[in-house]
Amino acid sequence: MIEKLFFLNKREKFYPEAEKPQGRGTIWARRILIFVVIAYIAGLILGPIITLVISAFEEGYQAVLVALSQPQVLSSMWMTFWIAIVVIIVHGFFGTVVSWVLVRDRFIGRGFLNGLIDIPFAVSPVVVGYMLLLLFGRNGIFAPVLNSLDIRVAFAVPGMVLATLFVTLPFMVRELVPVLEGLGINQEQAAATLGASGFQTFWRVTLPSLRPGIIYGLTLTFARALGEFGAVLVIGGGIIGRTETLTIFIFRALDDRQYISAYSAGLLLGLFSIVLVLGIDWLRRRAEN
Amino acid sequence: MSLTSINQQVKPVKSTPWGRYSIRSLALTYLIVFLIIPILVIFQDGLKEGLSGLWYQITLPAALHSLKLTLWTSAMMTVINTFMGTLTAYVMVRYVFPGKNLLNAIIDLPLAIPTLVTGVMLVIMFGPQEALGSWFNSNLGISIIFAPPGIILALLFITFPFIVRSVQPVLLEMDRAQEDAAATLGASSWSIFWNITRPYLTLPIASGALLSFARAIGEFGAIVIVAGNIPLLSQTAAVYVYGQVESENRLGASAVSLVMMAIAFSSIIFVNYLQKKSKRVG
Repeated sequence: MIEKLFFLNKREKFYPEAEKPQGRGTIWARRILIFVVIAYIAGLILGPIITLVISAFEEGYQAVLVALSQPQVLSSMWMTFWIAIVVIIVHGFFGTVVSWVLVRDRFIGRGFLNGLIDIPFAVSPVVVGYMLLLLFGRNGIFAPVLNSLDIRVAFAVPGMVLATLFVTLPFMVRELVPVLEGLGINQEQAAATLGASGFQTFWRVTLPSLRPGIIYGLTLTFARALGEFGAVLVIGGGIIGRTETLTIFIFRALDDRQYISAYSAGLLLGLFSIVLVLGIDWLRRRAEN
Repeated sequence: MSLTSINQQVKPVKSTPWGRYSIRSLALTYLIVFLIIPILVIFQDGLKEGLSGLWYQITLPAALHSLKLTLWTSAMMTVINTFMGTLTAYVMVRYVFPGKNLLNAIIDLPLAIPTLVTGVMLVIMFGPQEALGSWFNSNLGISIIFAPPGIILALLFITFPFIVRSVQPVLLEMDRAQEDAAATLGASSWSIFWNITRPYLTLPIASGALLSFARAIGEFGAIVIVAGNIPLLSQTAAVYVYGQVESENRLGASAVSLVMMAIAFSSIIFVNYLQKKSKRVG
């Protein structure tokens, strides 16, 4: 069910035209209900989005461009981008492995693990960052090991990558598990019968069928990673120029009353995420039709 | 013919147990390192001072107020969202009107927009210096930003898709024969909805509502912008933990984190239970 909510692909199979939906109630009752829903969505969701667009462009589009080309903004953009890239590489590999194990393998505690996968959806990002501080911070559990190896995790990029990994963990798995379940094992068995090794079977038979799911899962992971704020703020500390992501920059710019910078960066991040998520959804539906 | 008989005779060659074990251990290591150890450390640290130490930290005025504020704003959001989400799903599935596809796409936008950006949007719209915000303040005496109404608004924005997307598929797949029968027998449309349609929707509504509640408890990005960080007034639990981490008060941070984690855990377990139950019913 959680995957149903987060993954737009499995929703809305609209009724075929022949079977047009027909609600109950008089024409006026219907009109009122439709009006209430449209007004609610317009007020709650569209209103704030439009306000942000208008406010960002209040001083003209040149001000937006100037704000977005500040060195701090550019460096925080790079930071966000690189963290998201590392995260999709790690989850691309391990997410596939975990999904395969959860669907195809049988061992004690599998059901329990399957339930655990959803936990990052519900854990507060601040708590995620704090967990990692308890592990890798100055007085953290792993502090002696890290100090002797001279590795910095807290208040540095590795910690921010770890935090983003935790937050985005469910997306790949929840996307791939239903696909793997739907595939069944007939083709894999056929390949094995013909003498393919386990790895060959996976590489030549299973993986190609998983490819659309992997691309979709990675896009969602990427979008979520771009927008992460609380967890990377707590573990990274938001040090200007060193551990500042784009979301952290927006937060600081608001605090410093650099409103145009904050609004422009927020608009950029919001638009990019929307285009990413709706775009991949559109591509996928076009591929299905 | 001959192919099928071969298939039946030859048992599929299984990959070697060693290959299987190594993949299994790879997956388990990944989950243990990235998921289980971080979760366990919160429980270990939160319970370090014993239950009485935990209780002391939670009942400090600022901590207790932040937890209560988080719970009641999340509950309030859940009530509104349950009503509006169900209504939206019903209208989207059952009624035909222009712009429906567009509206359907807009419902997903909150899932894509980073919550920090959501916070920024709401501050611009309802901030005390802004047109709408000052109108609310002077005409209705309500301040939205830096106050609980702003928190509820932000949570409503973020969790809006949850209930809609949970109820919509069930409504789509529902058999309409019973409703038609009731209509033929002269039931009013409200009575049809309440007595026939609603029972089918109870489980999906409940799991969507619970999920949005769990999500709301932990929300940080939008709330820290919209509500600020005013102890005993607009400081939620997540913002409280952030403050304690910043001021290096480990005990306070761990205690409130533990409570939030416990709520998250029980919600996820309950949602899984509801979903299993609705799979059996469906």
